Amino acid sequence: MRAGGTKINPHGAAWCFVAPALLAIGVFFFLPVLAALAMSLTDFDIYALADLGNLRFVGLRNYVELLQTPLFWQALGNTFYFVIVGVPLSIAASLGAALLLNARVTGLKALFRTAYFAPVVTSLVAVAVIWRYVLHTRYGMLNYALSWFGIGPIDWLGDPDWAMPAIILFAVWKNFGYNMIILLAGLQSIPRDLYEAADLDGAGTWAAFRWVTWPMLGPTLLMVSILSMSGYFQLFAEPYVMTQGGPVQSTVSVLYFMYEQGFKWWNLGVASAVAFVLFAIMFAITLLQLRVAKGIDA
Amino acid sequence: MRQGRRTTLRSVLAAGIAASLPACTRHAGNGDTVLKFWAMGREGEVVTALVPEFERLHPGVKVAVQQLPWTAAHQKLLTAFAGDAMPDLFQLGNTWVAEMAALRAIEPLDARVAASPVLDPKDYFRGIWNTNVIDGRLYGVPWYVDTRVMFYNRELLARAGYPAMPATWDGWMQAMRAVKKLVGPDKYAILLPHEEFAPLLVLALQQPEELLRDGGRHGNFRSASFRRALAMYSAMYREGLAPMERVSNIYHEFSTEYVSFYISGPWNIGEFRRRVAPARQHTWATALMPGPQGPAASLAGGSSLAVASSSPHKEAAWQLVEFLLRVDTAAKFNALTGNLPPRRANWNDPRLAGDPPVQAFRLQLENVRPEPRVPEWESILAELRTMGERVAHGGIGVDAAAAELDARTDRILEKRRWMLDRKARP
Repeated sequence: MRAGGTKINPHGAAWCFVAPALLAIGVFFFLPVLAALAMSLTDFDIYALADLGNLRFVGLRNYVELLQTPLFWQALGNTFYFVIVGVPLSIAASLGAALLLNARVTGLKALFRTAYFAPVVTSLVAVAVIWRYVLHTRYGMLNYALSWFGIGPIDWLGDPDWAMPAIILFAVWKNFGYNMIILLAGLQSIPRDLYEAADLDGAGTWAAFRWVTWPMLGPTLLMVSILSMSGYFQLFAEPYVMTQGGPVQSTVSVLYFMYEQGFKWWNLGVASAVAFVLFAIMFAITLLQLRVAKGIDA
Repeated sequence: MRQGRRTTLRSVLAAGIAASLPACTRHAGNGDTVLKFWAMGREGEVVTALVPEFERLHPGVKVAVQQLPWTAAHQKLLTAFAGDAMPDLFQLGNTWVAEMAALRAIEPLDARVAASPVLDPKDYFRGIWNTNVIDGRLYGVPWYVDTRVMFYNRELLARAGYPAMPATWDGWMQAMRAVKKLVGPDKYAILLPHEEFAPLLVLALQQPEELLRDGGRHGNFRSASFRRALAMYSAMYREGLAPMERVSNIYHEFSTEYVSFYISGPWNIGEFRRRVAPARQHTWATALMPGPQGPAASLAGGSSLAVASSSPHKEAAWQLVEFLLRVDTAAKFNALTGNLPPRRANWNDPRLAGDPPVQAFRLQLENVRPEPRVPEWESILAELRTMGERVAHGGIGVDAAAAELDARTDRILEKRRWMLDRKARP
């Protein structure tokens, strides 16, 4: 700073630097959120789109009716089913793959790494088309393979009991490569000498995993689980492409429900209310996760 | 495909250029008017073959056809309306006319039709023309008609002891049971795809009572009429006459006798000819829909052509509508798509008169019943389809399903009731 120059207020300078970012966040984040909140208190629909004179302020009616809509509860149940089964499965699959790739005995590591990661980067719509063939009741490969074990054909995408497991299977296959790469990096950062020490103490493969790998991988696993959980809560594209929410609405997720209300029927008031309910749920669950994480740290 | 993309790109560019030059109206760089025309499915493919003739007759007008898949068309049109990005003219499923009219997204066409030397309303099937009339005003002109009839395997039916398709529900059920007995436990009689609302809707329209009551203010699914239709539909699943699984290729499954009855529309005449195995071609035929007590109504489906009220080129758009509805253009269009014409002048064509599978449609078209003309009908149909699916899976009884369908319909119609009451008040 030049001697004798104007004294710059450090707080003012700070505000000047963050102002552009704050402005952008305000315009593109807070404003739309406020608009959506306002919209969720109205019955904004296709009639209102044609003529604003058809808009009514309905207060909390959208929320009250939402909580009385069986399909919304079903969508919520379907989403939780997907998260509770899908996230552990996905993490187990990616951890298994990462351990295999990290093992010294595995050859052709680069090839396998690429092969496992390939589903993550391919277009969901393209692979969904192929999976629909794999899951076909009478001509699909999966049922063909099951028939070797004497298991009769399963109507994967047509039976309400099997549609969600089929979607989970597909989603886990599609996504496990992403977490695998993160876990692989975590595994490779574990110092070799810990394993050597364990070896000297007479630890077998399982004991080494239990007492070295697992605790050292803890923070990575926590991050992976938070990422997966928030990703899996936003289940949409898989049922949209594979089942359109069917059969008997067994694969309608909260986001899919919101999409249908908002963009298929243009009930934007109801759709905004769904968005806020989903936000509240995810907020609560993230708080819970942070609580758990703190507990682990302590 | 490639050509189509380039044309679309050009119209986008044209719009961009026009927007940057405030003095210009929306013209292409070379001074041509570009008409944006959205058409669905097979019609969208075929209409591109008719466009060059129109462009030759109307120098200075270019037509950019965009094809929409049927499954996404309704939503695309609403989105285009919400985003103020409507095309100049478009194909419109005739059950959507009420919705588009309520939005004031489409032009009333009465004056244009009255002045047209090409169009003669009296020549059209009345039931089909009327699907385009909302509150006494005409909002679209029928492009083609479709209704649903029965496609069936006549050879198998004959083997089961039925030389012809029965005309009543009872006879039909017995025939299906006989077919099922013949084909065994791994095969079925009728295909009722879960993603289609049409089969259940046809059964419901064959009944005397209306689907909505009080001028479209409330659902009427609790009526004895609708419950009879739903019970019939449910029986086909309960008795194992219809498969629960999804079928990806009906023509293949028809050829292997996996299913032998299928309620469908005229576009499937061409598809059955093209895709049923050559050795099985002689087996399929069409028949009037069986009814509760004999031949009964089917749905009055089809597509209309409509002009967007936001279009800056309404005159040119109307000229294209007129061109596509000329008797000779329509004949070419029908020959290419297999669609059926809405005006009688085209029905005198020997190509149609001498085609056996078409005759069932001709007879059925004299007996069609329009669906309720309320803007919410499309979402009510979605509820109807879901409820049919739940009944098929045995997850809910017929009476409970009818009551719940009424409750959902009444909720959907709440805004309509409010709007109608407000209009009624002085």
